[in-house]
Amino acid sequence: MADQAHAVPKDGHSGGTRREFLYLMTAAAGAYGVASVAWPFISSMNPSQDVLALSSIEVDISSIQPGEGITVKWRGKPLFIRRRTPEEIKAAESVNIAQLRDPQTDKDRVQKPEWLVLIGVCTHLGCVPQGEKSSEPRGEYGGYYCPCHGSQYDTSGRIRKGPAPLNLAVPPYTFTGDTTVKVG
Amino acid sequence: MSIRSLVLKASTVVVGAAAVLFIAAEPGGHVDIPKEDWSFQGFFGHYDRAQLKRGFQIYSEVCSGCHSMNLMSYRNLENIGFTEDEVKDIAAKVQVQNEDPNDAGEMFERPGKPSDHFHAPFPNEQAARAANNGALPPDMSLLAKSRAGKGFGGYAGADYIHALLTGYGEPPADMKINPGMNYNKYFKGHQIAMPQPLQDDSVTYADGTKATLDQESRDVATFLTWTAEGEMEQRKKTGLKAVLFLVVFTLLAYAAKRKVWKNVH
Amino acid sequence: MSKHFKNPVVRWIDHRLPVFSYLDHEANEYPTPKNLNYWWNFGSLAGFMLITMIATGIFLAMQYTPHVSMAFNSVERIMRDVNFGWLLRYLHMNGASMFFIVVYIHIFRGLYFGSYKAPRELLWQLGVLILLLMMATAFMGYVLPWGQMSFWGATVITNLFSAIPLVGDKIVTLLWGGFAVDNPTLNRFFALHYLMPFVILAVVMLHIIALHRFGSNNPIGIDTKGKQDTIPFHPYYTTKDIFGLGIFLIFYAFWVFYAPNALGDPDNYIPANPLSTPEHIVPEWYFLPFYAILRSIPDKLMGVIAMGASIAILFVLPWLDRSPVRSGTFRPVFKWFFWMLVFDCAILMFVGKNPPDWFWQPFAMHVTPAEEVVAAAGVADADALWPITFAGGTLGIKILLLGQLATLYYFAYFIVVLPLLSIFETPKRLPLSISEPVLKGGGKAAVAHAHSKPMEKA
Repeated sequence: MADQAHAVPKDGHSGGTRREFLYLMTAAAGAYGVASVAWPFISSMNPSQDVLALSSIEVDISSIQPGEGITVKWRGKPLFIRRRTPEEIKAAESVNIAQLRDPQTDKDRVQKPEWLVLIGVCTHLGCVPQGEKSSEPRGEYGGYYCPCHGSQYDTSGRIRKGPAPLNLAVPPYTFTGDTTVKVG
Repeated sequence: MSIRSLVLKASTVVVGAAAVLFIAAEPGGHVDIPKEDWSFQGFFGHYDRAQLKRGFQIYSEVCSGCHSMNLMSYRNLENIGFTEDEVKDIAAKVQVQNEDPNDAGEMFERPGKPSDHFHAPFPNEQAARAANNGALPPDMSLLAKSRAGKGFGGYAGADYIHALLTGYGEPPADMKINPGMNYNKYFKGHQIAMPQPLQDDSVTYADGTKATLDQESRDVATFLTWTAEGEMEQRKKTGLKAVLFLVVFTLLAYAAKRKVWKNVH
Repeated sequence: MSKHFKNPVVRWIDHRLPVFSYLDHEANEYPTPKNLNYWWNFGSLAGFMLITMIATGIFLAMQYTPHVSMAFNSVERIMRDVNFGWLLRYLHMNGASMFFIVVYIHIFRGLYFGSYKAPRELLWQLGVLILLLMMATAFMGYVLPWGQMSFWGATVITNLFSAIPLVGDKIVTLLWGGFAVDNPTLNRFFALHYLMPFVILAVVMLHIIALHRFGSNNPIGIDTKGKQDTIPFHPYYTTKDIFGLGIFLIFYAFWVFYAPNALGDPDNYIPANPLSTPEHIVPEWYFLPFYAILRSIPDKLMGVIAMGASIAILFVLPWLDRSPVRSGTFRPVFKWFFWMLVFDCAILMFVGKNPPDWFWQPFAMHVTPAEEVVAAAGVADADALWPITFAGGTLGIKILLLGQLATLYYFAYFIVVLPLLSIFETPKRLPLSISEPVLKGGGKAAVAHAHSKPMEKA
């Protein structure tokens, strides 16, 4: 069926290359068009302007007592801001980092030794560890204890025991005043 | 020239004429809004940043006393030329209720942030009506879109706002104005609850522009067009690129089609 | 019989699942009449619009919130904060209008060239079904932004069902899920608005299957007689369709980028307020002719029936027009009635847009307010006025009467004109085949032969 001639005679190869070029150009232009239309669709799924506007927050830390911490929501996740006591700072700084699963010095994890700023998401499977308030279990190392699978973090938020592979993440932050910190 | 093509052409003319009539003919009893020239009109339309800032000044010094603008956020002001710090200062001037209660479970107020929506003058519609003689000052975010003339070729929302603001005056001798109402040439029914909001020198412009009533009306009409159609500049720029591309693509497609069809008779 | 594809993977799959053979057969070598004109582009354009609406719609649905207190603001958030949200929304919003323009032209093409006649009756009926589904989808989509027109449009249209005797009010309550258009209504409209396009897609598939059973009709309206009358769909009609698509996209882009709100109603940028109705409730332009027919009948139930009948009559059209000649090109009298129908629909649109008690004076330079028309005619009130009237020496007609006349012609076209034409019209001589077109000198014998039996193999 398909091999039978239609109403159109096959035209030989006259002007074949020019014709091929024309088809190629049209197809290329069409592909370019489709691609440039696809971008707005994909881009629309990225965070919108109102979401981005909330991607950095300023937190007032003046009321936090030494040894206590607060939990605030940042980018949909819990953010821990903890005021460490001198003992906790000392404990964090004196650890031999060679023994650590995810070796990091305390200096690399804080900007001011008194303030520990962490993303409160266990690096194992995403639970929220306990220990931000002194009334909560803080585990063997005085930092954080994850109730889901028993991961234990020290006073610098580093993983010390349990299944979690990495230290608690430190978000980007800056001190915008003595008592305010801007996260994000 | 076959009869068929003649009929086709004649019909096209008739249908085309009918289409024009739809646009042209409007029932009586409406007011004619004069059309003005605006920088944001046309294929290459853009907003005049200085004018937008002046319009914002009028909005914040005059309109915002009664009208809310709930869809706008302070951060949007960066798009009309305010710096990040200026926007922070503007936002911090108002006290807004925090989204969440404090640790004691009480709602509390805090200074505004750039991510906050424009502060509304009244907490709810009832309060707004109570303070305005029973009339509700409409939210201004989309005023320029919702007050535009209907259909293709209708007047712009800015035309209407400009006309309304400059349309106050003495009513005709035979017209009775209800108590609490004001005469306005361009308002439907010519009676409006809002007293004339702008006069000459209602504001002192920071950029030294002379604040005539006409100038103020134009500036605030432009600002309100921007709040309603903030995407317009990007839209028209994208449109230009899209149409240019489509013209090239269509010409290529036409050439390809001609080549393919060369031997079909 | 599967084709021989060069690619071994394609061949392997095709042997087990002949999708490639199917595509090749239906979209590549598919024999198409070689004389299709540009009016035949609108079918593929309609398909393109359906896909565009589904694609933009899915991405908009990712951002939209179907709740009365959030719907309006979520749409504005799309316009203001979502990346390219304004583009997606304007493509979707104007896309609805473009879809209807394309489909209406597609329908009128079918009406003129007799594409509804045997053996394509089912193809035509499936098309009418698609139109109905499109109208339902467009109506429910228009409710979603929850502006004033959304709300009052939904109220007015759902209230049409209250015209049904006995159970009308119960049906309306059922549709609403409450005692007025409210949150449950918005929720179900969103659910259905998302579902319906896929139903349309399914019916479009059936439409295409029915189309490919006997192949496309053509401007001459006679059947293809063999290979000399056809060309393969690809590359001939693919390139032609792509060129047509380019032209159409330029038109579409103009609205989206430069007049995105011109086809909509400004009142829909005011959030829905159940306590205050806008001054003029006017549907979107594509519903205006039907709205005009509804309003032309002063009785509520009869108005609704008339509106329903205006579409229902399309279902039986293949049996109303008994003329054996398909194409209007060879029907000298039909042609005039057809173009009058086109004009009539334009009039109906105009009527639907304007208040029924307005005196329209097409030749007046200025619009005369109704009171002055009444005064000039020297009668007490508008009801006592002669429906066609002179005010200030200019002819005028009440919109209501104009609508009634236009409605009358609309139905007369199908019920009276077409059946009578089938009997009394003498068609022009038909060419013998597509390859030997109309009366180009010579071939007299052939033409006479064709005329002697105008009935094609039906």
